[in-house]
Amino acid sequence: MPRSLSKDAITTILVTAILIWVMPLLTSTYTLTVLIVYGMLGLSLGLIWGFGGILCFGQAAFFGLGAYTYAIAAINIGESTVPMVLAVLVPAVFAALLGAMMFYGRLNDVYLGVITLVVTLILFKFINSTAGPQYMIGNARLGGFNGIPGFQTLNIPGHPDDYIWGDSYFYVCAVLLGVVFFLVSALLRSSFGRIAVGIRENETRMSLMGYDVRARKTVLFAAGAAIAGLAGALFANWAEIVTPSLFSLGQSAEIIIWCIVGGLGTRLGPILGAAGLAYLKFLLGQQTLIDNTLITGLILVLFVLFLPKGIVPALASLWKVSFGRRPKERIHLQRRMKSRGRING
Amino acid sequence: MDLIVVILVEMLYAVASLILISAGLAVVFGMMKVINLAHGEFMMLGGYATITAVNLGVNIFLAMLIIAPIVVGLIGLITERLVIRHLYGRLVDTMLATWGLSLFFIGLATMIFGNTTTGISTPIPGFTIGNYQINGYNFFIIVVAGLLLIGMLTILKSTRAGLIARGAMQRSDMAAALGYSPDRIYMATFFCGSALSGLAGAVLAPLVGLVPTSGGAYIAKSFITVIAGGPSLIAGLFTSAGFFGIVNQVFTFAISPVIGEVALLVAAVVLLRLLPQGITAKFFKGKL
Amino acid sequence: MSLNRRNFLASSAALAGASMLPRVAMAADTIKLGSILDTSGIFDAYGKPMDMAMRLAVGEINAAGGLLGKQVEVVAYDTQSDMALYSQYGQQLARQDRVDVVHGGILSASREAIRQTMRKTKTPYFYNVLYEGGVCDRNIFINGVTPAQQVEALVPHAMGKSGKKVYILAADYNYGQITARWIQKFVADNGGETVGVDFFPLDVSDFGSTIAKIQSAGPDLVIAPLVGGAHLSFFRQWAAAGMNDRIPLASTTLGVGNEHKVLTAEEGNGIMVAYNYSQELDTPANTAFKDRWAAAYGDSGAINELAVSNYQGVMTWAEAVRQAGSMDRDALIASMESGLSIDGPAGKITVDPKTHHAVLDVHIMEMENQGMKVIETLAQRQPIDTQAVCDLSAKPNDNTQYEINI
Repeated sequence: MPRSLSKDAITTILVTAILIWVMPLLTSTYTLTVLIVYGMLGLSLGLIWGFGGILCFGQAAFFGLGAYTYAIAAINIGESTVPMVLAVLVPAVFAALLGAMMFYGRLNDVYLGVITLVVTLILFKFINSTAGPQYMIGNARLGGFNGIPGFQTLNIPGHPDDYIWGDSYFYVCAVLLGVVFFLVSALLRSSFGRIAVGIRENETRMSLMGYDVRARKTVLFAAGAAIAGLAGALFANWAEIVTPSLFSLGQSAEIIIWCIVGGLGTRLGPILGAAGLAYLKFLLGQQTLIDNTLITGLILVLFVLFLPKGIVPALASLWKVSFGRRPKERIHLQRRMKSRGRING
Repeated sequence: MDLIVVILVEMLYAVASLILISAGLAVVFGMMKVINLAHGEFMMLGGYATITAVNLGVNIFLAMLIIAPIVVGLIGLITERLVIRHLYGRLVDTMLATWGLSLFFIGLATMIFGNTTTGISTPIPGFTIGNYQINGYNFFIIVVAGLLLIGMLTILKSTRAGLIARGAMQRSDMAAALGYSPDRIYMATFFCGSALSGLAGAVLAPLVGLVPTSGGAYIAKSFITVIAGGPSLIAGLFTSAGFFGIVNQVFTFAISPVIGEVALLVAAVVLLRLLPQGITAKFFKGKL
Repeated sequence: MSLNRRNFLASSAALAGASMLPRVAMAADTIKLGSILDTSGIFDAYGKPMDMAMRLAVGEINAAGGLLGKQVEVVAYDTQSDMALYSQYGQQLARQDRVDVVHGGILSASREAIRQTMRKTKTPYFYNVLYEGGVCDRNIFINGVTPAQQVEALVPHAMGKSGKKVYILAADYNYGQITARWIQKFVADNGGETVGVDFFPLDVSDFGSTIAKIQSAGPDLVIAPLVGGAHLSFFRQWAAAGMNDRIPLASTTLGVGNEHKVLTAEEGNGIMVAYNYSQELDTPANTAFKDRWAAAYGDSGAINELAVSNYQGVMTWAEAVRQAGSMDRDALIASMESGLSIDGPAGKITVDPKTHHAVLDVHIMEMENQGMKVIETLAQRQPIDTQAVCDLSAKPNDNTQYEINI
């Protein structure tokens, strides 16, 4: 176990380093930064859905909550370190409460989806109707539909005037994604992660074995929300404005698509799916021949029909077919994933 | 006094419109356990079908009640054959595919009709209650929703097709063993569900400005209504639409339309926490 | 269209490696005009005509020999009604494409998403949309009407035609909130009384209960700065309840996206509005503009307030470049601040040097048979709301959007 974990660490560091070096040669760091942020957001849902079997329709709620927490705290404090920490903690606590309410109420699959969707809608509607001057948190106007612009952006801890932006902000985000990726890997390798996968596979069985399923799901849910919150804060720093559309159903649905296209049950899939699709959307905006919504819709339908497992698992099995020799354990794992079919299906 | 009557009418109208916008989704979900996230876009297409027909000189009631349901039903049928039927039994995949379809239809409608708001005016004049004027069209919607519920109940209860449908709903394997092809039943169900969505979109079209993205406004509400309703098709639809409609209007009148919407959503969370399988899992058990 | 496609190809090719090339390599043989608008998604009813107007203006400038002997090249991006894409494309325009000027942005949120980027990169930015007022920034020029310009004209006229008791229904965001406050101020100034104010988020489309509420308050006049497709339902439901014969309506937003062409004549007739432009404006400049538009796009039906604003914005910028004689930002700002004015389809537009807003004609209009009939023209109205808080000649480094306290 420790050996494979350290192997994970080395791989993560190597891959991150190579990507940080190569990617800026391909496109601007400004665009890359947001692709990384979306990748982190994709990973947050990939963790709780792909490994915990919790289909959350409201991952955008935690993303938005992180962004708004950061913006509001940054206006009030004027230095970015504490707001960054708060932006992780607030969504995590919120998710823990929401998760406890749902999982201790034994809500499952589609009903869980509805609750998360409704909570997202409530947050969206609330934030959207705060345009009036009476909605202030400290010095920060919530601003309603127009959102909050002009907050303190990321600075070197303790030095509010030394902003981290441009290329250096890209490096910060990329390293953070690497760190989060490694933490997720470590979590999944720990007994907690293995039990979470067990719960996904057969909840009743795990609870009969004496594991507290409800508490474990709540914790996993909160962990996913913390990552989404961090992504939200990074996004706020990148865009320099937060708007209610962060909470929108469209945003939530987009995260789900990223996971599906990239591949559920993998760590890399949601990240690649998110970055790839966001980049595609960016490219599509530069042409006017075909309506962009139509293309997005078509991609989703075609993926569900012809590549329901997503790109990464498909590539992995292609790899397996082409270069047959793989460690025994992996093949066994893949075979098991194949025979199991779709999660929640 | 007049105001109370007006409020009652508005409440009935709120309930009726919830029933209308949820009926199509409820049929498809209740019978096939498929959550059709393109439901809102089917409604949008129903609206466009009506407006196009009216602009071509067709009588508005004919356009709303006959043409729109048939057009949208056929679109639904094509969709079912091309996409949905490959995904039966995969709840999450159907949701994603239909969500993709919804985006596809939005894009398609934008390319065909453009993104400018269009609409037709209501065919029924205003109505006076004491000192108040209210929208006469509200009554039309209440009547349509009522007839719809009665119609569905009659078909399911007392026709052979309804019997087969109910059978397939409870045990599709048994229905198949008795020689009824589930494939065809599902096809017919999806046609009916889409047609109902088209009808709802058509009937509501004169009240709103229609844009290709209009469907998005309905999907969340209808989704919540159907899920909160629970396993029984008609009783569930009626009770949850009734509950949410009344909660919504009470808060709308007492405070503001925004609070009304939020109250509806909060009520949904509380309801699902207390009755995790929906209203009719606990009450009206075994009813239709 | 073709320009856009070329851009797409060029930028995809550029992705392969151009970003590694030294930036100096791009020789400036054309003047680059960056445009950033929602030409798809929910706001494209505004964005598409604005895009058409921008291309029409650039085409006319180029046909007349370009600027400073160079052709103007359009670099346009579609933000798909997504605020995140504004940040992204704004950066792209300013840092990678290195455009000489940016025109665009529709919603206030979109403007705030790119304004600081333009300021940091010293790219002159033109925001050509009517909005809530108060932006004070030396790098931005705004030529849309602000609430005070409209409301100051509209309220006395509408009250004169109806009565003293006013009910306000406004869209629940920055613009609506601020406009509602200005309406309340001018209602009080004209000796009237506001009997109710309601705010609606942009997605509310059911107004049945509101219509009942209004009737219990019994106002003489309803002023409705409502925005977007969902809010259009209000006017429809109001007419369906038979209220349009009972209480007169006024609005500061209806018609900006040509909404009056969607309402039937019976639903729309008699609604009072005040804008800078109307298709029914009977001036030689407007007739000629409509002809040129029709020659370019086949039909002049799509022209609306925002399209004309965008056209006038591009033309104002072109005039300033001609007068400055160089593409230097400071020279451009100096010539803009010299009391520059142009004659556009909507009449004379003068740049207010203190606020970088516009002094323009406001027309009081009434809807009639799906058109906007001009009742009265108030010439050269000052942007008094922004002037109250913003003075760029005294404080050139100001960079805030003021909320005006009334």
